[in-house]
Formats: sequence, C-alpha cells, structure tokens
Amino acid sequence: MEQVIFFSVAAIALASAVYFVIARNPLYAILALIVTFFSIAAMYILLNAQFLGIVQIIVYAGAIMVLFLYILMMLNLNRADESKKQNLTKFIGVFAACILFIGLLGAYKGLGTGTYGIGVDSSIGLTKNLGRLLFNEYVLPFELASILILAGIVGAVLIGKKDL
Amino acid sequence: MGEVNSFIQAVPLEYFIILSSLLFCLGVLGVLIRKNAIIILGCVELMLNSVNLLLAAFSSYKGDGNGQILVFFIMVVAAAEVAVGLAIIAMMYRNTKSVDISIFNKLRG
Repeated sequence: MEQVIFFSVAAIALASAVYFVIARNPLYAILALIVTFFSIAAMYILLNAQFLGIVQIIVYAGAIMVLFLYILMMLNLNRADESKKQNLTKFIGVFAACILFIGLLGAYKGLGTGTYGIGVDSSIGLTKNLGRLLFNEYVLPFELASILILAGIVGAVLIGKKDL
Repeated sequence: MGEVNSFIQAVPLEYFIILSSLLFCLGVLGVLIRKNAIIILGCVELMLNSVNLLLAAFSSYKGDGNGQILVFFIMVVAAAEVAVGLAIIAMMYRNTKSVDISIFNKLRG
C-alpha cells in the first residue's frame, strides 16, 4: 500500500518535471513545475516531515511560483516563440544528463543504507520539535537568514528599478 | 514518543535516492537544452528541490532533525535567489525585449 502511494506520487512528480523541461509554452511549463512542487510536498508529508511539507506548499508552490507566473505574464512571454535549438545541441544535452545519472547511480552503488529507517522516532518533523531545534542550536543562522532576505529585497529593488 | 512510521518501514531509502537523482538530472537537462531564461531559472529550482527531498529523506530515515533544518535554510536562500534572479531577467527583457539567452552572448571573447 505504501509503495503504491510512493510510486503514484513519484510518477506524478517525474511526469510533470519531464513536461516542464520539454514544453514549448512557458506558461504550461511553469504550471507543470507547480505540480512537481506539490508532489514533492506530498513526499515530505509521507516522510513525516509535516513542517517541511507545509513550508514547501507556502513558499515554493505559493510564493515562488506565483512570482514566476507574474514575471511571465508581465513580460508577455505567453507564446511559444522559442528559437529552435539545433538538434545536435539537444542531443548533447540529453547525452550529458544521462551520463550524469549513470555516474550518480555508480556513486550510490557502495552505499550501505541497510540500517536506516529501523525504529526511528517519527515525530522529529513536527513543527514543535523542529522549532525547538531551530531556536536552540540554530539561532545565529536563523538571524543571518533574515539579513540575507533583506539583502535580497534591496538587491531586487536596486536591479529592477529603471533609473537609480 | 511518536510511533514508528509505517511508510518509512515499507519504502526503502534507495527509492528516494533514485527519485531525487532523476529529478536532479531533469533539471540539468533543462538547463542544457532550453533557451528561455525563466525556464532555466525554474530548472535550477527543480534541482534545489530534488536535493531538498533527498536531505529530508535521509533526515527522516535517520531520525535526526538537523537535515530538515538545513532544508529550511536552503528554502530561505532559494527564495532570495529567485527574487534577485527574476529582477535580473526583468531587466534583461527591458533592455533587449527578449529573454532568449542566445542573444546574451555579448560577453563572449
């Protein structure tokens, strides 16, 4: 039963990711990417990482992808006029990605994961436990992240403004 | 404390490794073969997400919450990166009326 759920969600994620890569229309591509992010959020929830699942839906599927769609519609790129790339370039790209995948599989070959997942505590992904960890051990990175976000806001305004 | 998750018992960790690798390779493929700058930024997001999924899977299978904190910080950095990247793309479009990266080769020697 659990394996059926896993394979269904994984199939949705992979199919929408493939469509995202090959779609001609950028709008449909971004919508397919949203489906991928939702299925990754489902994976987080299946893994008992509920906090990450909710953050994935709010931040990625919500904020970031809405930003993508907003830029896409603001720039009026909602048409499939992508100049054709040569077939040789595409073939080399597919070949390189396949080689990368095979190389990664080879790297995993000696990985011993037999003892993982046996009798682990499944409550670590709850917001309560993660929050306790975040505000006890990771307070300084948390504050630095807020500075990073502030720098990102200032940088985006600085780049995006016409005459500054 | 919490009960043992039956999903983690039934699905081996290797499945998550394979799934994350496939998603990562799809992101690399998109960066290599697409020409639309917005789609390329989305492919980078796809790669970040596959790495996040793998980190969360290892964290859950090991019963250690530190990996999920790292995923949280990666999401923070990704949000800042997308804001700046989309601002750069909007500026590129304002200057050239296009987001096709094949005309942004002016820095070529």
